[in-house]
Amino acid sequence: MASIKFTLNGKAQTVDVPAQMPLLWVLRDTLGMTGTKFGCGMALCGACTVHQNGQAIRACITPVSSVAGKNITTIEGLSPDSTHAVQKAWIELDVPQCGYCQSGQIMAAAALLAKKARPSDVDIDEVMRGNICRCGTYQSIRAAIHRASEIMTASNGAEQKGRVA
Amino acid sequence: MITVRKVNRRNFLKTGIGAAAGLTLSFTVPESAKLKAQAGTGGKSAALNGFIHIGSDESVTLVLPKSEMGQGPMTSLSQILADELDCDWAKVRTEFAPVDPKLYGPMQGTFGSMSIRTQWDPMRKAGATARAMLIETAARKWGIEKSQCRTETGAVLGAAANQRMTFGALAEDAAKLPAPNGIAPKNPAQFKLIGKSVKRLDTHLKVNGTATFGIDAKVPGMQYAVVARCPVFGGKVASFDAAKAKAVPGVKQVVEISRGVAVVADNTWNAMEGRRALDIKWDEGALANLDSAGIRKMMQEQAEKPGAVARKEGNGSAALAGAAKKLEAVYEAAYMSHAPMEPMNCTADVRADGCDVWASTQIQTAAQQTAMQITKMPAEKVNIHTLFLGGGFGRRGGADFIGEAVEISKAVGTPIKLTWSREDDMTHDLYRPASYTRFGGSLDADGWPTCWTTSIACPSFAGMRNGIDFAAVQGIDDLAYAIPHIQVEYNKADPGIPTTFWRSVGYSQNTFFTESFLDELAAAGGKDPLELRRRLLAKNPRMLAVVELAAEKAGWGKPLPGGHGRGIAVTNNIGSFNAQVAEVSITQGKLRVHRMVCAVDCGHVVNPAIVEAQIQSGIVYGLSAALKGGITIKNGRVEQQNFHQFEVLRIDEMPVVEVHIVRNENAPGGIGEASTPTTAPAVANAVFAITGKRLRRLPIRPEDLA
Repeated sequence: MASIKFTLNGKAQTVDVPAQMPLLWVLRDTLGMTGTKFGCGMALCGACTVHQNGQAIRACITPVSSVAGKNITTIEGLSPDSTHAVQKAWIELDVPQCGYCQSGQIMAAAALLAKKARPSDVDIDEVMRGNICRCGTYQSIRAAIHRASEIMTASNGAEQKGRVA
Repeated sequence: MITVRKVNRRNFLKTGIGAAAGLTLSFTVPESAKLKAQAGTGGKSAALNGFIHIGSDESVTLVLPKSEMGQGPMTSLSQILADELDCDWAKVRTEFAPVDPKLYGPMQGTFGSMSIRTQWDPMRKAGATARAMLIETAARKWGIEKSQCRTETGAVLGAAANQRMTFGALAEDAAKLPAPNGIAPKNPAQFKLIGKSVKRLDTHLKVNGTATFGIDAKVPGMQYAVVARCPVFGGKVASFDAAKAKAVPGVKQVVEISRGVAVVADNTWNAMEGRRALDIKWDEGALANLDSAGIRKMMQEQAEKPGAVARKEGNGSAALAGAAKKLEAVYEAAYMSHAPMEPMNCTADVRADGCDVWASTQIQTAAQQTAMQITKMPAEKVNIHTLFLGGGFGRRGGADFIGEAVEISKAVGTPIKLTWSREDDMTHDLYRPASYTRFGGSLDADGWPTCWTTSIACPSFAGMRNGIDFAAVQGIDDLAYAIPHIQVEYNKADPGIPTTFWRSVGYSQNTFFTESFLDELAAAGGKDPLELRRRLLAKNPRMLAVVELAAEKAGWGKPLPGGHGRGIAVTNNIGSFNAQVAEVSITQGKLRVHRMVCAVDCGHVVNPAIVEAQIQSGIVYGLSAALKGGITIKNGRVEQQNFHQFEVLRIDEMPVVEVHIVRNENAPGGIGEASTPTTAPAVANAVFAITGKRLRRLPIRPEDLA
């Protein structure tokens, strides 16, 4: 057992768990935050995607000891009220079907857009091919990422305009 | 005749998800927690029937006896109820129904694409009857005739300008009335919600992590479990030593259950670590030497025998003799895993006074009966709480994972959350059966088909009747083409691999076979595949219409980029019709599907956006099974463990999917399984158009393209 400190969704968090325990199970079982999903346990499906210092990582293969001192963001912390551009676009296009993979899809898409505000279809393929959806919502996911990009660009534009004024 | 029953409120309350589950969002608020919340505001909730509860705060709770696994009944069934009730859509919330055979039928479950098909009439009736009860109540209060009243967005209005009462104000008195019989539902012209792409009610829960799936259940005092099962089907525990497993930190108990050895710990990870340390000797049983080659040989032998006749038209197979031109072909399909994104899991709490089960299940009555058998408790003590399903596709019709959790909870005396790993899920699925099927056909001198014969060898996975399993022959024995002589035979060929329904059931393999073999007949007779289907479907107008529409929208016959080919296929299953045209290319041995154009007629459409999403979904599921996947057996074990060995379609391989809906007011058909069967043959026929090579097995392997 080890005492591990990290920042979770903006708040200091300490857990006493085995050092090798994957972050996924710390989130889900120890902390009761079940928005992050278990899909494969081998970083093959992306259902467990969270952000570590803003980068998308697979929580199912990430030993909790490796996130000590880092910033972790989960779907519960992406925005306080589902108003992240990706969430807005997902709602606008009614992307989810069963919804089980969607936390991971949204976190992967948010990390992509943070790095590349106007991703091409090839950019989307490269990043999002790590996230499986068995309901086959891929066409909607692609459209929603482009839509989220528009929402972000529009709100950035509005902010800049605001500053100029 | 459908009777609307009044629900016994106390029974209904008992079955709400316990407040302990800690759910706080509107669509899954436990009834008991809602009551508490409303107690503070003096609010009350009244049940008008098994489907509709109206609160004095104007909330309308719709109780849905169908599971939400992405296919949309939470929204579409609510649309039906709310439209007939004429309530305020913004006030609608939903709950998944408890098991109640009196209210929701003897087999309560979600399968066969039947949610809309079976609930369309009862829910319209329930909504309309509840509305009539609200009107009756208002009319009595005002001392006027019912006919002088109307409803508008959650309120009853009378003749006078000041006569307006909300449903919330009327509900308590309305619930005391006997439910009237013979209330007619709306004329479709009056529909306000049905037929519209109303936004899904579950989306907001599924974009912020608050949707509660089976695997997310939380119960106070819950421990976590995994089970070690024999890797060989039918094998069992010979002996085991739990010492090393018990030495793993966090492991609390190791118990043998009927299916293997359960490790119980303080979290899922520690339980998995404990399982890794378990020392088990298996009695591998009779199937320890089974492999895919042996299964194929056994099925081949069965397919070559005369079988039970599932269909005979004209002179049947006798007509093959003396035909101008004859064709023979063998088609095969591999076992297939469902692989829903949420691995199997179940949370169970077996106590002396009752048993509660929280699960993502497709068949609530099967879950309850399984728990009743294990606990020896009567139905009224076994509560099934349905949570969101992270995909089902037929797999969650099984109750094997539910039985395991109940056994473990009973053995250890605490609530248990059992989680299957992906490897557990893939190696202990109930698979789509493999099949080996022989076809024969003949053509007349003009190249038109005269005779069609099929000999199917496939496990029985729905149940035998007169030597025939209806699921094994469906898609073939109901061949829609007007061919004068038809004979379809079936031989059961069951090597012992557990099987069950897989999205679209028998059609998922058989339609690939029939639509490919029909293409073979077209090519042999020198006919265009579209032209042949037109001729043979002339007396099947709905099927023909989707063929024509898909062909038109796909630009059938128009020039394509170099190296591209088109293929067409059509299916009539689950009361619906769909045709697809695939556009594909092959580059350096790699098959790429560029575009799928689908025309669908599913009768009266409740929510077009959900229909479109389901068609897309079914196509992706069909593509995964056509291009990837495939379960193989070696030494009685499944060889594929996880998504690196059982691959599925990913976003970079996603074709453009176009959906064209034929709108009409025919009785609603199903949609969840409509498109899956049509995809593989459309793709295979497109490959033939490019290469001239016929693909006769699923999944398609790279070497089949060369």
